[in-house]
Amino acid sequence: MDWQALALSVKLSLVTLIFLLPIGILFGRWLAYRQFLGKSLLQTILALPLVLPPTVLGYYLLVVFSPNQGLGLWLANTFGTTLVFNFEGLVLASIIFNLPFAIQPMQRAFASIPREIREAAACCGMKPSQVLWKIELPLAWPGIVSAMVMCFAHTLGEFGIVLMVGGNIPAETQTIAISIYDKVQAFDDHAASVMSFSLLLFSMLTISFTYWLSERSGQSHV
Amino acid sequence: MSDSAIHISLQQQQAIPLDVQLQCQTGELLALVGPSGSGKTTILRAIAGLYQPLNGHIVCQEEVWQNSAHHVFLPPHQRHVGLVFQNYALFPHMTVLENIQQALYDIPRQQRRDQAFELLKKVHLQGLEQRYPGKLSGGQQQRVAVARALARRPKVLLLDEPFSAVDQVTRRKLYRELLSLRQSLAMPMILVTHDLEESTLLADRIALLHKGEILQTGSPGFVSAHPQTATVARLMDQQNLFTAQILDHNAQTQKTRLRWRGIELEASYQPQFPVNERVCWMIQPANVLLHRRDRPSNGDKENPMQGKIIEYMESNGLAQLLVEVDAELKINITINVPLHVAKRNQLGLHENIGISLLSEGIHLMPHQALRREV
Repeated sequence: MDWQALALSVKLSLVTLIFLLPIGILFGRWLAYRQFLGKSLLQTILALPLVLPPTVLGYYLLVVFSPNQGLGLWLANTFGTTLVFNFEGLVLASIIFNLPFAIQPMQRAFASIPREIREAAACCGMKPSQVLWKIELPLAWPGIVSAMVMCFAHTLGEFGIVLMVGGNIPAETQTIAISIYDKVQAFDDHAASVMSFSLLLFSMLTISFTYWLSERSGQSHV
Repeated sequence: MSDSAIHISLQQQQAIPLDVQLQCQTGELLALVGPSGSGKTTILRAIAGLYQPLNGHIVCQEEVWQNSAHHVFLPPHQRHVGLVFQNYALFPHMTVLENIQQALYDIPRQQRRDQAFELLKKVHLQGLEQRYPGKLSGGQQQRVAVARALARRPKVLLLDEPFSAVDQVTRRKLYRELLSLRQSLAMPMILVTHDLEESTLLADRIALLHKGEILQTGSPGFVSAHPQTATVARLMDQQNLFTAQILDHNAQTQKTRLRWRGIELEASYQPQFPVNERVCWMIQPANVLLHRRDRPSNGDKENPMQGKIIEYMESNGLAQLLVEVDAELKINITINVPLHVAKRNQLGLHENIGISLLSEGIHLMPHQALRREV
């Protein structure tokens, strides 16, 4: 078992979640309640990572992050930093490819709160920020949690983008999925099977937890 | 003198057309009545600040809530509004007590609980403080919604079809509760309903809405008996609506004579309609008298006619009859008689009866084409 790779994967997943939670809530809520020009275009762009092969997304991120041109060049000149083949780049790539997995369930969760309930809260004297904290977040919470769990599991197992943007640097960018691939290449079948089974177990746990959560939220308070 | 009423003036052409001037005094219950899509709920939402009409001027208890001319628009949380939603919109993740306390956050914490308990007592919900809304009956949910609306100490109480989601038995009970509760409420109250019976039962005044416009306001009884136009009469569900021609006015006898399809009718004196002009007229079923077979009375002399019962329905202690007074012209008049009278006179389908249209009950309106012309 490659504990270093597992630790890196977990770290990557957690850091990704820290960024995705506010982004998902903000965008999910915005998309759920607001109508604006270009909304469907924005939703299409946000949904792209769902259908794009991870290597394609990884390739484009690699191009954008490349220190030889554009954004990457500007980052290198201004901050003396680069986003390819390091952990920071991996986090950013991970946030981008998880956007639809975070935003879509949260958008559905916010949209399922009846408009009258939010209006009733305003009529009770609550400011919009209080309506968010006391009414919307508690009611959308099961959706938010299941989105987070899915993102966590998804990041843990992601392969294509990580390999493209991060490469395969032990302790820096070698995640568990890449380590499994490495072990198979090196004919270390035992290590590969232990790690694969661990990931399989974890994925099953994740999915049962989200199902349990959505069932529970359907039953509560009724 | 301080003005404790609410004054509402809304105008817009686009989206939802509105042309409304309304006011409601403290302690008064005003019902906005009209068919679906007439703009009732939109007006309520505009008062609450949940909808911003293009041109609006809303002043409640001397506080300006909207003044489009000066770009003033107070958001809902800054208006002290108590709104009971059609489906109550209770917070499903909070107990009954917590639901009510949400509207009490502007008073000190220790008073909040006492206030909430007091309100629950007022709506007869003691003992249910810790229940979640999902575990309450429709009637109980409505009471929580009313308590929560009152917890806000509103300057106006708005009720959006609050009785539509409960069964009839519960509805009657809630009507009685609202009637007794309103005695203690010192604020304007505005009720939206499409149920004419409900508005007659509960409201001091009704405002009849049609396509975003107020056609007439007045006490429910007055608007039913004296609609300004045939459209109002039809919206007030008046069955006996016809057209006729003015024959003459007699100031001495205080009568106006009409010709209605070859029949001469005597109505109360209404000289504002010129002689020979065509008019619409109506009579409420209660102003049509049934001739007693055994004992003719004085009232029988007023506009007597013979007819045949072609429809007979019994409900709520009343028999509603559709009487065909002229088979050839298909002229039918609806009349209501108490059930015991109907039984005593052995009324039934296809019976021939004599009726009189009380001249005091014949109300004239400007002429307009009627869809069901008879």
